[in-house]
Amino acid sequence: MSRTPTAPPAAAHPVATGQPAGQDPQPALGPDPRTAYREALLELAAADHRVICLDSDTGGLEKTFGKQFPDRYINVGIAEANLMTVAAGLARRGFVPYVHTMATFATMRAGEFLKLDVVGNRLPVRVIATHGGLAAAHFGTSHFALEDLAVTRALADLAVVVPGDPRHIGAATHQLHELSGPGYLRLGRSATPVPPGPAPEFRLGRARVLREGADVTLVAAGPLPLLFALEAAGELAADGIEAQVVDLHTLHPLDREGLLTACRGRAGVVTVEEHRPQGGLGDAVAEVVSAELALPIRRLAVRGRPGLRVAGQRAALEQLGVSTGAVVDAARHLHARTTAAR
Amino acid sequence: MAVPTTSPPRPPDPAHPAVEADHSAAVPTTPLDPAQMARRIREDAVRMAGGPEGAHVGGSLSCADLMAVLHAQLLRPGDSFVLSKGHAAPALYSVLVQLGRLPAEELDGYTRPGSRLFGHPSHDLPGVEFATGSLGHGLGLSVGLAIAEQLRGGDRHVYTVLGDGELQEGSVWEAALLAGHRKLPGLVAAVDRNGLQITGGTEGCVGLEPLDAKFAAFGWEARIVDGHDLSALHEALQPSPAGPVAVIARTVKGRGVPFLEGRVAGHYAKLKPDLVRRGLAALGQPVAGGTS
Repeated sequence: MSRTPTAPPAAAHPVATGQPAGQDPQPALGPDPRTAYREALLELAAADHRVICLDSDTGGLEKTFGKQFPDRYINVGIAEANLMTVAAGLARRGFVPYVHTMATFATMRAGEFLKLDVVGNRLPVRVIATHGGLAAAHFGTSHFALEDLAVTRALADLAVVVPGDPRHIGAATHQLHELSGPGYLRLGRSATPVPPGPAPEFRLGRARVLREGADVTLVAAGPLPLLFALEAAGELAADGIEAQVVDLHTLHPLDREGLLTACRGRAGVVTVEEHRPQGGLGDAVAEVVSAELALPIRRLAVRGRPGLRVAGQRAALEQLGVSTGAVVDAARHLHARTTAAR
Repeated sequence: MAVPTTSPPRPPDPAHPAVEADHSAAVPTTPLDPAQMARRIREDAVRMAGGPEGAHVGGSLSCADLMAVLHAQLLRPGDSFVLSKGHAAPALYSVLVQLGRLPAEELDGYTRPGSRLFGHPSHDLPGVEFATGSLGHGLGLSVGLAIAEQLRGGDRHVYTVLGDGELQEGSVWEAALLAGHRKLPGLVAAVDRNGLQITGGTEGCVGLEPLDAKFAAFGWEARIVDGHDLSALHEALQPSPAGPVAVIARTVKGRGVPFLEGRVAGHYAKLKPDLVRRGLAALGQPVAGGTS
């Protein structure tokens, strides 16, 4: 099968830098996640005739994929259960379906169809789930997806990927395509900031270490959690606490060795995610770390009841307990605890 | 356009270890007698209902003639079959044995520890493309198979058997809308219209009639047929090149076993040995020796 090499996504997406005068400089925004994904999908479709695009009337694909590959674009309508079953049928006949809906509909509304028909048969369906976490922001609680990682992790045979660096969406899409079984790609809705500092390449199933530090380990999944972890590492360094920062973008299959290496010898682990504390990144990390290392693990996740007052994605996340400050506090606490014990 | 005709091999993938069984639908290698196949389906279903856990015997007996006509006469190599009403697994298992896809002795293991034969068809059973038993999946799966065939430009047929109570699942109608919209050729959805569900009649629970009009309104050709008339079924189950066909097969739940016919309690029954003997006798089986 011919493959299109993955182009460096950063070059394809000029970074938006416009800032209103008189404000503090903000981190530069990365590419729009859906645009970045669609470009990768078009490359895959051009290189692999088995790729077929199933839409549930999400808007946008009809003008991109649908224009370029009209015979391989099927809009099943606003019918997410049917989206999964039809994809399973097509995959059984040799197609590689890319199905498109929002994360909450993919995993909750159509969850049982995903479980039985797609994952149960280990069919090569790729579920492209946008509006992950609180990315829907002003749309409100119906469009939030704070349980999808628990559901997809529990399905066990499904590769689960949450790109932390928006510039890696293309690489994640291309690498997911290589799998023989099903995959879940969690994307946001709008552009999020590009993480500062070095950007090691994306390798599916391999944790990325963005910053080395011997005192505590910060493990993040998703763009805003990763940004919070990196910002927190900067603040902690000013206090003399060196934090190891890990982008654990692939929740299944999980990079056990990479994770353990990043945590071993530190005072503790702080996990940061845009998800409920139940079943997401924190649980995945705890499962691995607690089996091998005697380390405390603090889980920063969305607690409380989201969607009561309108807020932007970052503000909503911060209000619900996931913020740079919360990461700093948790890491300081873990560090002080160990220092006191010495 | 170039579309795949078979599943090409894929590279090894550590996240998804390979599992393989021949999932293709069971088809006759030589023409079979549907009456004989139907009778054996009924006998096997009654025997399985005599097993340790009982069985969904009523709905297996009601669709026996439908299953027999499909598997003895209509399915050709390359065609697809999805048992959407997965609780009629005893009927399917009997068919798989009769068509040589399962050894006959496996039926004795039905729902017993170690057996592949669960109360609903599981993943990776030969001749079974999709595990079913959760209602409302089979039509969408069949629509996916039929779209693949439509894109391929082939003429392989896709058959599915649904329960009538199952039609209360909304996902059935999502799939029906799409099939009608795409005018899917070669797709036949047969409804085992026995009129009963667990709590009683379908019309007293959440009514389905007029059922033919519903399918017709969704862009299907709807045909009503006596679901126990083998030659009428053979005619009604013919696919159409013009679009999807819904066959509303009027049946009797528990058909062929008098003490189960039309009985709500026959939906799921665990039959004691004497009832198994009586059932087999009613089906014309000589009463000889014990039962499983």
